[in-house]
Amino acid sequence: MKTLLDKHQLNITLQRLAHQVVENHPDFSGSAIIGLQPRGVWFSRRIAQIVKEITGSEIPYGKLDITFYRDDVHSGDIHLPSQTEISFSIENRRVILIDDVLHTGRTIRAAMDALIDFGRPQSVELMVLIDRHYSRELPIQPDYVGQTVDTIITQKVKVNWEENEGVDEVVLID
Amino acid sequence: MSLSVKHLLGIKELNTQDIETIFRTADNFKQVLQRPIKKVPTLRDTTIANIFFENSTRTRISFELAEKRLSADTINFSASGSSVSKGETLIDTVNNILAMKVDMVVMRHSASGAPWFLSRHINASIINAGDGTNEHPTQALLDAYSMRERLGDLKGKRIAIIGDIMHSRVALSNIFCLTKLGAEVTVSGPPTLIPKHIESLGVKVQYDVKKALQWCDVANVLRIQLERQHKPLFSSLREYALYYGINKSMLDSLEKEIVIMHPGPINRGVELNSDVADSDRSIILDQVENGVAVRMAVIYLLSGKSEALD
Repeated sequence: MKTLLDKHQLNITLQRLAHQVVENHPDFSGSAIIGLQPRGVWFSRRIAQIVKEITGSEIPYGKLDITFYRDDVHSGDIHLPSQTEISFSIENRRVILIDDVLHTGRTIRAAMDALIDFGRPQSVELMVLIDRHYSRELPIQPDYVGQTVDTIITQKVKVNWEENEGVDEVVLID
Repeated sequence: MSLSVKHLLGIKELNTQDIETIFRTADNFKQVLQRPIKKVPTLRDTTIANIFFENSTRTRISFELAEKRLSADTINFSASGSSVSKGETLIDTVNNILAMKVDMVVMRHSASGAPWFLSRHINASIINAGDGTNEHPTQALLDAYSMRERLGDLKGKRIAIIGDIMHSRVALSNIFCLTKLGAEVTVSGPPTLIPKHIESLGVKVQYDVKKALQWCDVANVLRIQLERQHKPLFSSLREYALYYGINKSMLDSLEKEIVIMHPGPINRGVELNSDVADSDRSIILDQVENGVAVRMAVIYLLSGKSEALD
């Protein structure tokens, strides 16, 4: 197991990503942050919190579950869904989709399909904390990246959050 | 993480965990049904046959809608106007349908146990949509789901099932489901319509409907099934309505508010008066609405299993 980001480094990265978002969204009233269930939710909550501290205003925030949009429903065991919670209309909004780790890109493909069933956003951007380079199976690239790492398929990247695991860190598991 | 069973034949075979999993998944589908686009692409590679050997309006439409909301392809078969009238056997009929690459079967049959019999002979997952006087599992699940929506956790809650217990598959499935969820169940109705030894299922019997209503939090009122009564079990519908029918003044005389349910179709003026069926106390239309979400959950959770067998 190797630590990719410790608490201090993770905090710097979170600050940078939040500032990049604010830079690209000067007026946040038409934007929204949507975190992907299950593990993108912790990350997206942090980003929403920091963006709120910077801009001083409330940001529309939602959670999206993509279980029913997966392309592997019938391979292996059935996945149980988590909660989707989008309490605002996404019609014409600039949506920032947030997940913790970008790997094959299939989750993001499903997320875009799921999102569009809620309405037609003006634009969709993608933010990930860790981009696992060279393992993409679909033409999907993030707009905001915490850190790019080169990994092989057997390795696993795990992002831990203080709220959930008791510690802020990103580790690479062999 | 999915269900412990491959088919949904009866509630009897489910464990409490299965029921909770179905409810949790149904919550998600209920949310999907409230969106502008009430459809998900989940089962776009699945074909489901709805095979109804017995009449149905609500259940068939509800299943069909659930399947369509999941993007499954559906075919509908009803026994009247089919080769069943030429003498084809159940297994032959179903195998011929399955030969056309169908993944799942939703079946209603007038013979109790028909889905169990079929499950021993075919590979596809089977969902029992009602078999004779035995079980109607999805109805019990949507009933319990609707009760839970109103009352919260059903543990220790008091449910009265009132009416034709003898001929009702809804009653039996409800008893299994509610007792597994920890609710207290009392059955009530005329003695001729309550089977002997029903206490062995863990329920109480109360022949006085008024007392049962006074005791309960929810009354699930069942339809009088005249089509299944081969000899008269009460003297007239008028007499039944007089002694066992539920009306507004009866509910007003109770010392508390109770929730009224009915699986439909209602014999208005017999087991339930319109002044109750259409009142705020009734959650009959919530039951119908929840039916689609609960059936979507069952179909989704069983959909992985048919594929695993090939």
